[in-house]
Amino acid sequence: MNSTVAAAPITAQAFKSDYKPIWCPGCGDYSVLSSFTKAFAKLDLRPESVAVVSGIGCSSRIPAYTNCYGFHGVHGRSLAAASGLKLARPDLTVVVASGDGDGYSIGGNHFLHACRRNVDLTYVVMDNHVYGMTKGQPSPTTEPDWDSKLSPGGTGLRTFNPLVIALAAGANFVARAFSGDPNGTADIIADAIRTPGFSFVEILSPCVTFRPEQREWKQLVRPGPVTSTDDAARAARRIMTDDGFNIGVLYKGERKPYQPPIGKGKKRPSDLEAEFAL
Amino acid sequence: MSREKEKNKASISLAITGSGGAGVMTAGNLLLEVAAQAGWYGLMVRSSGPQIRGGEAAALLRFAHAPVECLDDRFDVLIGIDWQNIHRFADEIPLDAASVMIGDPDQSEPPEVFVKRGARYAPLPFKQMAKAIPGSWPNMIALGLAAGLCGLPADSVKTVLQKSLKKGGGEKMAANLAAAEAGYAFAANVPAVPRLSGRVTQRAGRDARWLITGNQAAGYGAVRGGVRFCAAYPITPATEVLEWLAPALPKIGGALVQAEDELASINMIIGASYGGVPSVTATAGPGLSLMTEAIGLAVAAEVPIVVIDVMRGGPSTGIPAKSEQSDVNIAVNGLHGDAPRIVVAPNSIADCVAATQWAVYLAEATQSPAIVLSDQYFGQTRAVADPPADIGLTTERLKPSATAEAYKRYAITESGISPMAIPGIPGTAYTADGLEHNERGLPSSQSDDHVRQLDKRAKKLAQFDYGARWADIEGEGELAVVTFGSCTGAAREALARAAAEGIKARLLSLRLLSPAQPERVAAALAGAKQVLVVEQNHTGQLYRYLRAEYDLPGEVKSFRHPGPLPMRPGEIHQQITAWSRS
Repeated sequence: MNSTVAAAPITAQAFKSDYKPIWCPGCGDYSVLSSFTKAFAKLDLRPESVAVVSGIGCSSRIPAYTNCYGFHGVHGRSLAAASGLKLARPDLTVVVASGDGDGYSIGGNHFLHACRRNVDLTYVVMDNHVYGMTKGQPSPTTEPDWDSKLSPGGTGLRTFNPLVIALAAGANFVARAFSGDPNGTADIIADAIRTPGFSFVEILSPCVTFRPEQREWKQLVRPGPVTSTDDAARAARRIMTDDGFNIGVLYKGERKPYQPPIGKGKKRPSDLEAEFAL
Repeated sequence: MSREKEKNKASISLAITGSGGAGVMTAGNLLLEVAAQAGWYGLMVRSSGPQIRGGEAAALLRFAHAPVECLDDRFDVLIGIDWQNIHRFADEIPLDAASVMIGDPDQSEPPEVFVKRGARYAPLPFKQMAKAIPGSWPNMIALGLAAGLCGLPADSVKTVLQKSLKKGGGEKMAANLAAAEAGYAFAANVPAVPRLSGRVTQRAGRDARWLITGNQAAGYGAVRGGVRFCAAYPITPATEVLEWLAPALPKIGGALVQAEDELASINMIIGASYGGVPSVTATAGPGLSLMTEAIGLAVAAEVPIVVIDVMRGGPSTGIPAKSEQSDVNIAVNGLHGDAPRIVVAPNSIADCVAATQWAVYLAEATQSPAIVLSDQYFGQTRAVADPPADIGLTTERLKPSATAEAYKRYAITESGISPMAIPGIPGTAYTADGLEHNERGLPSSQSDDHVRQLDKRAKKLAQFDYGARWADIEGEGELAVVTFGSCTGAAREALARAAAEGIKARLLSLRLLSPAQPERVAAALAGAKQVLVVEQNHTGQLYRYLRAEYDLPGEVKSFRHPGPLPMRPGEIHQQITAWSRS
């Protein structure tokens, strides 16, 4: 993270834009936005050295609410756009914002391969177990019996376990956070950004409009009982056996980030002509 | 007959066929190198069955003393190292009574479908001859034979083989040189076919000719235009563009990354280009279909990217390894919403360099996606060509001049092009957005913002000065042939034949398909009474596009057929002569 050293410590406020969010009152994503800006300030980054990349959905609105460079692309492809950006511009701090529909459903394939590829990105998924922007349809993390107009009586499908998937696919940093704890979440995001390679942070972020029962999450979450491990198998066992409400960094690995040596080669394009010439 | 003879003197066409492992493509490539060594021009088209390995293969070659841009109407020589499944190439290798077939009598007789055309037959026991020279391969006998038949100098064969077999060691080289010599000598026993005269003086140094495929040329054109990032997903017949770029980009300070699918590759290059690095990807029809949503994002967010589409037979999986010009519709219309984009079509193998370079320039200058419509014929055909001149246009993205007080990424400007900030620059941070937005880039669903941004994006392409490169306009006459891409070579040759018969006609080969250039086309076709639109697809996609976008003068006819058979000069010539005399 090569931010310019500031004369005075930068504040979280410096990362906030004047654009008013479209989120519903009480949405968990407000807190996540504040955790983003707190984490950037904590790391003493500069707004221009950070790019916030997203797809489509409520959570994906975050880029324009920051003062950073933002990229609000198409549904499900935020990781691809962010990977291209980071590979071409390794000097930038690239943070990706997504949701459970954007990230785990339409963007599921990119999630797997981003974990495998291990580009130095931080991937933050705001999980509220519902498609909010399209007004209440089940996502991959929605309970199988959750009733909706689109899937009356529930989908009947087992829920997607993003943390285990991330571990299995090779993410280098895996954590779960809760939007109701903005300072703790900021610490986790800062840790994720600081850790080289692909860092995955799943944030439980309630949708008070379509899943009002998620207000209860405040009572259910707790700090995870153990500290993070560098043993993926152990981390996977832990996450497979918890109830989904343990908060904290689960896994930190040592994989070297994927970064082709862009900018190193010094030949001119015309030097390549020799292979064609007779 | 006299004209036929004259034509044959100007060029010679050979097909070398055999089943997988027979070394057909190796022999064809070496023959092309021999011709290049002797100072000839030529090309080699690859055709093969659907098998990954071991299927039937055909190397289709044509040589001349002048640049060769297309296959001829017929073949002078067909060499079958073996005949297994070679009948499947019957339509692709037209023979007649003046043609000669050479095959191995110990394996089988030539396929009936070729015999029926009256071609003369000369048996040559390839396997037996190769066996008699321990360590030699039958395809080297075929190479020598082919070289002998078309009049290439024996020392050129030797020079090329010595270079090619250097790694194989002395014994292998000696054996295969002997095999090629035996094949060369055997040519004297074959019924005569027209030959080209031997060695031609060629230029050296910086003017030395190139041996290049369209896919390599497109890759090189991209880097010449300033591209330094590529995200790649393999697809026939575009993979070689990506495989050429993979080692090339790191040498010049760039990088190529393999993506998990085309949705990723297109979004990766949009991300990289948003970061300020000119970017490209290459694909074919199925990949282009997957990429269309994100190309629309590049339109709306105004991120320059270049997508090279190496067209193949469609729809769906279609005919992956064979050519067709059937992606015109998707290229010019295939995005939702009102989404102006640039579509550029190279019209020769060498032009794949210049057209792709130009596409990068246009994309960067207008902050728009540009699609390069190449095809399998260009992409996988290897040709001896004059080195394409650098068109001198390189990347020029308009950037904010200074840290403005209130930077507006999508400011309404006279040209429609607004300064594009690059991440890392303080004071100009903005969010690139596929949502409709206002001048600042903030999402807006208001009518006036929508209309202003639609107008801006349309205007920047409509007003851009595309210069003389938008089309190649040749000849004059009341009959005009309008075409694009790989039909251009055949059309040009057809017009030359017509001219030799006193029929005046002009050629308009469109390099810029989108945005449409109504005034330029009107000027190019002024006075035309007959307009023949030539293309290689089933529905006349270019014809329909032209009818929608242009007021074409006089009577307009569509002449088309789908792939995989190439558009041949003879069939266009026939259309021209019939229509001009009607």
